[in-house]
Amino acid sequence: MSDDTRLGLAKQLVIALEQGDDASTDQLLDDIAGVRETQLFREVGKLTRQLHDALGSFAFDAKIASITENDIPDAKERLNYVISMTEQAANQTLTAVENLLTVSQQLDSEACILSGKWERFRAREMPYEEFKEMSQEITQHFKQADERLLEIQSGLNDILMAQSFQDITGQIIRKVIDLVKNLEDNMVGIIRVSSAKKVPNKDELLGPVVPGIDDKQNDVASDQVDVDDLLSSLGF
Amino acid sequence: MKILVVDDFSTMRRIVKNLLRDLGFVNTVEADDGLTALPKLQAGGIDFLVTDWNMPGMTGLDLLKAVRADPKLAHLPVLMVTAEAKRDQIIMAAQAGVNGYIIKPFTAATLKEKIEKIFERIDG
Repeated sequence: MSDDTRLGLAKQLVIALEQGDDASTDQLLDDIAGVRETQLFREVGKLTRQLHDALGSFAFDAKIASITENDIPDAKERLNYVISMTEQAANQTLTAVENLLTVSQQLDSEACILSGKWERFRAREMPYEEFKEMSQEITQHFKQADERLLEIQSGLNDILMAQSFQDITGQIIRKVIDLVKNLEDNMVGIIRVSSAKKVPNKDELLGPVVPGIDDKQNDVASDQVDVDDLLSSLGF
Repeated sequence: MKILVVDDFSTMRRIVKNLLRDLGFVNTVEADDGLTALPKLQAGGIDFLVTDWNMPGMTGLDLLKAVRADPKLAHLPVLMVTAEAKRDQIIMAAQAGVNGYIIKPFTAATLKEKIEKIFERIDG
């Protein structure tokens, strides 16, 4: 209410009092007080809304705090684990490939030498003594080729197994993506200051155990032996 | 012997298939979760099921339960190969009637051992 209006009301009140007009006096007093009350209610309403909003954003702050305190360091550990798993897989693959290359080069050079000798033999250019020698070399080569092919097979299996990291790291990265999404939702939430609540899912699957994070409560099997022990204790 | 390999990661399916071939099981088929696996099982002809747990659509545990609840499939041997290592979960799988449980990452030797053990028990 402006000062002019109030002044106007006050002047009318003085006039009404001077004239002894009781009805007008009461009416004017009510009007002045009414304006006061309306303003007070408006102020209380505003304060209530501010309080509600503050409480809403406080709930979000608590979630953000938990994310910064627990989930982000967790995510860092998880991503470190991804790095170490991929590194391990890369090393395992590289080692196998390096070994296999040596083995295949050996096989190749032996085969080359023997094939040269074989050509000379077919062209009837080989003396008997040398033929006897070559025959022994061929026997030796077959024996070694057998062993080396087994080596190659085992190396290829190592390479195959090394690729299993992709499944594990994929699952871990998905978890971190979920966290980032959750964080994003919360930030948006704070900006909107809405009171929407997210209920955690208790049946959520844990996924790959990241050492040092997921095994803290000692409620996970640390390796296959642990699983086997647990199952045999159940009568498996 | 026809084996169904269920995993949502195609690399893992390839690895399991290759390992199985190495063990002499050449006849394998694939599915990427429980929902696609179940019709393949119900169509018949599958002798052994190797499944992951955590998959979108239908999880391996739900697939296992569906298999055990189906009179035609109830006796199908099921091997779970999963990253889930919580003791409670392993117990859940055991209670649901799993025949073997392998946690990832695993080795070729572990797969061989568990499969042999399952067939030993079935034949014996």
